[in-house]
Amino acid sequence: MWDAFGFEFVNFYLIPGLVLGCIYALGAIGITLTFGILRFANFAHGEMMMMGGYLTWTIMAIVTALFGLTLHPLVAMVPATAVVIFLFLLTDKYFYKPFRKEDTIKVVMASFGMMLIIRSAVQAIWGPNQLKFVSGIAKPNEILRDVSGSIDLMLLVPNKHIWIFLGTIVIVIALSYLLNKTRIGKAMRAVSDSPDLAHVTGIDVDQVIRATWIVGGICAMAAGVFLAMDIQLLETTMGFRMLLPMFAAAILGGIGKPYGAVFGGLVIGLAEELSAYPWIGDTPLLSPGYKTGVAFAIMVIMLIVRPQGLFKGRSF
Amino acid sequence: MEAYLGYFLYLLSLLTVGGIYALFALGLNVQWGFAGLFNVGIVGFAAVGAYSYALLTTAESTFHLGGFGLPLPFGMFVGMILAAAIAAVIGVICIRLRSDYLAIATIGIAEIIKLVFKNETEITNGPRGINKIPRAWEHFSEERFYSSWPLSWFASPETWESFFDWLPNWWWQPFFAGTVLLVMYVVYRLLERARMSPWGRMMTAIRENEPAARAAGKDVTTRRIEAFVIGAAIMGLAGALFAQHLRLIEPTNTFDSAKVTFLVWVMLICGGSGNNRGAMLGAFLIWTIWSASELVIGGTISLIGNVFQNLDTTILETRAGFLRMMLIGILMQVILQKYPGGILPEVRPASPKADKS
Repeated sequence: MWDAFGFEFVNFYLIPGLVLGCIYALGAIGITLTFGILRFANFAHGEMMMMGGYLTWTIMAIVTALFGLTLHPLVAMVPATAVVIFLFLLTDKYFYKPFRKEDTIKVVMASFGMMLIIRSAVQAIWGPNQLKFVSGIAKPNEILRDVSGSIDLMLLVPNKHIWIFLGTIVIVIALSYLLNKTRIGKAMRAVSDSPDLAHVTGIDVDQVIRATWIVGGICAMAAGVFLAMDIQLLETTMGFRMLLPMFAAAILGGIGKPYGAVFGGLVIGLAEELSAYPWIGDTPLLSPGYKTGVAFAIMVIMLIVRPQGLFKGRSF
Repeated sequence: MEAYLGYFLYLLSLLTVGGIYALFALGLNVQWGFAGLFNVGIVGFAAVGAYSYALLTTAESTFHLGGFGLPLPFGMFVGMILAAAIAAVIGVICIRLRSDYLAIATIGIAEIIKLVFKNETEITNGPRGINKIPRAWEHFSEERFYSSWPLSWFASPETWESFFDWLPNWWWQPFFAGTVLLVMYVVYRLLERARMSPWGRMMTAIRENEPAARAAGKDVTTRRIEAFVIGAAIMGLAGALFAQHLRLIEPTNTFDSAKVTFLVWVMLICGGSGNNRGAMLGAFLIWTIWSASELVIGGTISLIGNVFQNLDTTILETRAGFLRMMLIGILMQVILQKYPGGILPEVRPASPKADKS
């Protein structure tokens, strides 16, 4: 079974698909939480991810200039996360909160405006051109290659992908601990299920909203940095490119369901990569240029067949 | 005298592009102002209108499909129909769901449309785009138009050639601006009629209180799809005029969602959503601010460059545009929060205010 065929399939389609899926999953967690708890589709989420990548790059550049050290992105990410969370809370306070009592579509509009504001701000500060995030060619991890090669299951996984897998697993475990075991996590789920009932039982909704932005911010930040690590460069359109697949993942998993978002993200990531696999004949099943279309197609099918998502999320 | 001609032509171009944006804003006003449908895929409908017009009316070309050389109004009409058809499909799928889903679906369809135009190089010439799109009036001075009917009925091609050589090279500008403004006026009158009619009042009722409208026996879903389709058709028409104005269209930079979708939204919100006159006023106002600020910022930067000789102003030049975009975005947020009605707030047909005027 593990012939040249399987080798190609696993290493060039399945693993990249899972990596992409992890990135979508982390982004979709933030989207599904804001959609479930604050009840609006946050269009600025992808741009926040992109901003996180740029901030991480800046911290790495500053450290290199001052101390001559090359920081690992995962280390530089920590202070950048604080900045991104601060920005999330700031945008909420000045741009989203004034509309909280009004029709939610106004908040969607405000977030759409925020999307453009953040993107133009990044373009004005860092410039519109691509930046190199990590230099060099990513070589496959040698230990994994030798060990798996010795049992005829050769896996070629670069270190960056191993970091992305580990990071995603850690974040998802931490998130499930937060949502199931802590007081604030339970409150978040309660508000997501029924805001009025949660308010009556004495849950501080404002605190829950802050917590939502913080959790969403951490996930967005991780997704942005992981994406930059994967493609090794930064561009100002990368947040927007992620937006549609992340919405598709959130809808697929069911709005307001973080595990659904993780599952949806993995499905969308795999579907996008596997759509380019030559299933029939030698040519790719779908031209790689149309990868984004796969996520959209899945989303449209879900909206027709099952708008509440696979995990019985909220359907408006 | 030369300088005055320059100002005159600048004014004409402001009116032309302003008029095209006003059409976009009117189309959005039907969707958002009348029916409360949140469409963030304006750029997609514009691209459909522009590309169908371009493919149908250009002269035969080896770079893209056809170049069918069909009459210009026919191209514009097909652009409208196709944009409307795409809107109908999205509408049927998404309108019964909450407005957030429609927003996500429209932004998605806009991206997919651009993706198709970028990837189907056989049909659209991909990222290199389509050029030599005939522009109304100016197209008469092209050989294939003055050597065929109706112009060939009046004079021979040679006479026409010498006539167009004799005309100043900007002769078509007033005519093109006039055509755009005329189309805008006709659409405006039609929409005013629609707004005053029972249909328009039903739209307002559905937007303001959907359960009540439903209880009164109104077919909410069908009415919403109607509004969405009509708005998209107007956007397709505006897209066709946009293609005429530019004469060269390509999928990425021409149809940048920031420059089309977002600017149109700012125009409508600034002018006053729900008010057709407000939509047009907002379009001309924001477009004037947008294009004048380009001149002002450019002048300031070259002044800085002259004062500080050793300063490299190229970075400033490339980034000033993004700063301008950011300021427009903040302007939109401010209007949204402080003046939600816009400059000309909506006037209900049945209210005493409407009776007075």
